[in-house]
Amino acid sequence: MSVHIVPLKIYFAIFASLMILTTVTVVVAYYDLGPLNTVVALLIAVVKATLVILYFMHVRYSPSLTKLVVAGSFLWLAIMLSITMMDYVSRGW
Amino acid sequence: MSDMHSAAQPSHLTHHFDTVEQQRDSASLGMWVFLAQEVMFFGGMFLAYLIYRSSYPSAFAEGSHHLDVVLGGINTAILIGSSLTMALAVYGAQTGRRGMLVLCLLATMALGLAFLGIKAVEYHHKYVDKLIPGMAFSYPGPNGNHVQLFFGLYFAMTGMHALHMVIGIALLVWLINDARKGRFTPEYHSHIEIFGLYWHFVDIVWIFLFPLLYLIGRHAGTGGAH
Repeated sequence: MSVHIVPLKIYFAIFASLMILTTVTVVVAYYDLGPLNTVVALLIAVVKATLVILYFMHVRYSPSLTKLVVAGSFLWLAIMLSITMMDYVSRGW
Repeated sequence: MSDMHSAAQPSHLTHHFDTVEQQRDSASLGMWVFLAQEVMFFGGMFLAYLIYRSSYPSAFAEGSHHLDVVLGGINTAILIGSSLTMALAVYGAQTGRRGMLVLCLLATMALGLAFLGIKAVEYHHKYVDKLIPGMAFSYPGPNGNHVQLFFGLYFAMTGMHALHMVIGIALLVWLINDARKGRFTPEYHSHIEIFGLYWHFVDIVWIFLFPLLYLIGRHAGTGGAH
């Protein structure tokens, strides 16, 4: 069968990475990095989400059409967030 | 036309698909289309959060200090653990290990219930502290109204997330029952695969909710009256 079976050790490695990144995100929150606190927190969250999507959700091993839908959904979200914020941050002129 | 479907055609291949692979890929693709609209559904709430947090940063930091980082952190670990057991359940289905499949689905459900239990304890704390908007909300200090806004978003976002968990657990009851009966095989287990996508998606939502709600301005130490 053509179904791709992800080896168990990959699942455990992803789980360990997610737990480590969770610890990092909590620890970093207690250091004052100024505006970078939010940036770092979001960067870590994006890395964690990407690991889940690629390996737990098998997108890395999925057909191109599925990859396109996945990328598209987040692209549309990015458009919604960024264009709305472009409006809000430019209102104080 | 009819010779395309030979006598060897598996019973679980419906007539409008050419092959089992095509059927399986279509099922996953369909689930991802559903998840794409879920991204936009939760995206709307993240957008509201983004706008109000950028408008009232200090009130959001104050509100965040009233959330329990330990309970939130434990819940994050529980949810990541449940994603692991869900991934292992899919592995069990793919390799035809019925015992592993059932056990991992049960573990996923138990972890999901543990998450909801801790969430209920947190909600109860907010009730006792009068931090539930619309339910005798009371918060001292000049930022009270905007802290209420933070808690409005907190309950809307974690509440919708919890509702997704409840739906997931209800689906798990059904899947575990079918798995015990041996309905899923290495050739046919799209239900498990697709449910896994849903469960991991709910995990991803929490991966963003946890730092955005619980960890704002933690380095500042105190956050108003606590």
